[in-house]
Amino acid sequence: MLKITNLQKTFNPGTVNAKMALCGLDLTLRDGDFVTVIGGNGAGKSTLLNAIAGVWTPDYGTIEIDGVDVTNMPEYKRAKFLGRVFQDPMMGTAPDMEIAENLSIAARRGTKRKLVWGIKKAERESYVKLLETLELGLETRLSSKVGLLSGGQRQAVTLLMATLRRPKLLLLDEHTAALDPKTAAKVLELTDKLVNENHLTTLMITHNMKDAIAHGNRLIMMNEGKVILDVEGEQKKNLTVEDLMNLFVKESGKEFTNDRAILS
Amino acid sequence: MAFLYALPGAVAEGLIWGLMAIGVYISYKILDIADLSVDGTICTGGCVCAVLITNGVPAWISIIIAFIAGAVAGTVTGLLHTALGIPSILAGILTQLSLYSVNLAILGGKSLISFVGSQHPLMLSMSNNPLAIVVAGIMIAVVVIVLWLFFYTEVGLTLKSTGDNPHMSRAQGINVNFNKVLGLAISNGIVALSGSLLAQYKGSANINDGRGAIVIGLAAIFIGLSVSTKIKPNLVVSLIGVVCGGVVYFIIYNFVVIMGLKTDYLKMLSAIIVALFLAVPYLKSKYFTKQKPQAISADINAGGDANA
Ligand SMILES: Nc1ncnc2c1ncn2[C@@H]1O[C@H](COP(=O)(O)OP(=O)(O)OP(=O)(O)O)[C@@H](O)[C@H]1O
Ligand SMILES: [Mg+2]
Repeated sequence: MLKITNLQKTFNPGTVNAKMALCGLDLTLRDGDFVTVIGGNGAGKSTLLNAIAGVWTPDYGTIEIDGVDVTNMPEYKRAKFLGRVFQDPMMGTAPDMEIAENLSIAARRGTKRKLVWGIKKAERESYVKLLETLELGLETRLSSKVGLLSGGQRQAVTLLMATLRRPKLLLLDEHTAALDPKTAAKVLELTDKLVNENHLTTLMITHNMKDAIAHGNRLIMMNEGKVILDVEGEQKKNLTVEDLMNLFVKESGKEFTNDRAILS
Repeated sequence: MAFLYALPGAVAEGLIWGLMAIGVYISYKILDIADLSVDGTICTGGCVCAVLITNGVPAWISIIIAFIAGAVAGTVTGLLHTALGIPSILAGILTQLSLYSVNLAILGGKSLISFVGSQHPLMLSMSNNPLAIVVAGIMIAVVVIVLWLFFYTEVGLTLKSTGDNPHMSRAQGINVNFNKVLGLAISNGIVALSGSLLAQYKGSANINDGRGAIVIGLAAIFIGLSVSTKIKPNLVVSLIGVVCGGVVYFIIYNFVVIMGLKTDYLKMLSAIIVALFLAVPYLKSKYFTKQKPQAISADINAGGDANA
């Protein structure tokens, strides 16, 4: 579903601030893979997701989504393959627009927008049903501005938006990091549900080692712009946080440091 | 008494500028771009209309062509910004400056074209304020209804989201750059349309018309929205509010003139009104609430990003 070959990206090349964030990264995801991504600060996790999403073009290497080479495809065109949820709950929704308007925009991701009515009547009804599944009471607030919602509610709506039109690949960048533990757990539960129901191929960055082990069928660890560990299936299920720390030291030769990491 | 006498004129001119402010609303409020090309496009609208009408083209066709001319100018600003990566403020200034030459060329090198003595009929004029009010009112109604419908279409919704959250828009497959160009074209088209009405109303198109127009447009927006958002924060109410803002602005303007302030100082007065409306919400949140000021500066930064 996703095939990344020898991906390289240097920020601020040719300056003293030059930083090679991706150093020849290879990664292949099969259809239906739910991969959790962990790694220290600055390991290049967000950079990897941004490269896949097309925020900028990489210096070297190729990215294929479902057999289509998207390496040079602009971000808005690639969006038809991708569902994205960001760390910042403010990033994924338009605050000054209604919940229904946000959803209707997401429902048309990857289609040519025309001069026809932006939200059909039947659509509104389907959004009510969809929002009911969140159990956040949003089904009665279809015409509310999204800016009035809490961070957790916005993140839940963003998740719906990312999956409303089935993406070939779902990209989640620490999408629960800005939420309080209880809300984070709820959003994570919703993530699991949406991914399983729709059999979505997913890349989920998390700073929570336990979550990384508990969710998905495969786990990768990144360090200095490369994948240094890739485990799946039974082997992944049986991992402990301690195992991960030890593996990190073994593979990278240094201590694991991430200021947001939750180890216990 | 003198004030009452001036009132119909103030309302007529206010409505025409209110239409202009609707154009500014699209760039400033919906796209989140402070577009300074409008100072030039309002003049372009007047020049195009004056040349066409005095050459015998019917007035209603002339104003449509004025709209198109404005839209082309807006497209140029949009392309300077999106295709060439020039910051939007500067892109607007560049267009505005070059429009001076363009407008002069349209006027055939003269600094003024007057409708006085021309036997071709105009749509509105200063000599008949009630008619001018009706004509301007109809134009506004047409523009508001078209915009109202447009912003509920699929394309219109993406235009709103482009200004509201460009990150989200790109992630949802929206061509943000295209939308910025489209929005600036519509915005400047409306501004030029207002310019074409203004020239007919005043009886001439002058190369110096429109200097500082952006400030009047913003003043109308702030005055209007300060009331309309309290009634209902939807698009139609906002647009009507903005038009009323234009009318209120010109009533104040006329009042101040009649009170004896020299017209030379009026530009400064407009600037002060806009500065106050921009500053008050900021100062309020900074000094009169217990919230952290960081939250506000973060907001401002976010706005700046969207402009870049
Ligand atoms: N736009 C940018 N400009 C310059 N440098 C950048 C940019 N984005 C990322 N970097 C640098 O690239 C490196 C990788 O950053 P990245 O954000 O991918 O890390 P991460 O693995 O997501 O870390 P974290 O866990 O802290 O989020 C870092 O050294 C970072 O400073
Ligand atoms: Mg990151």
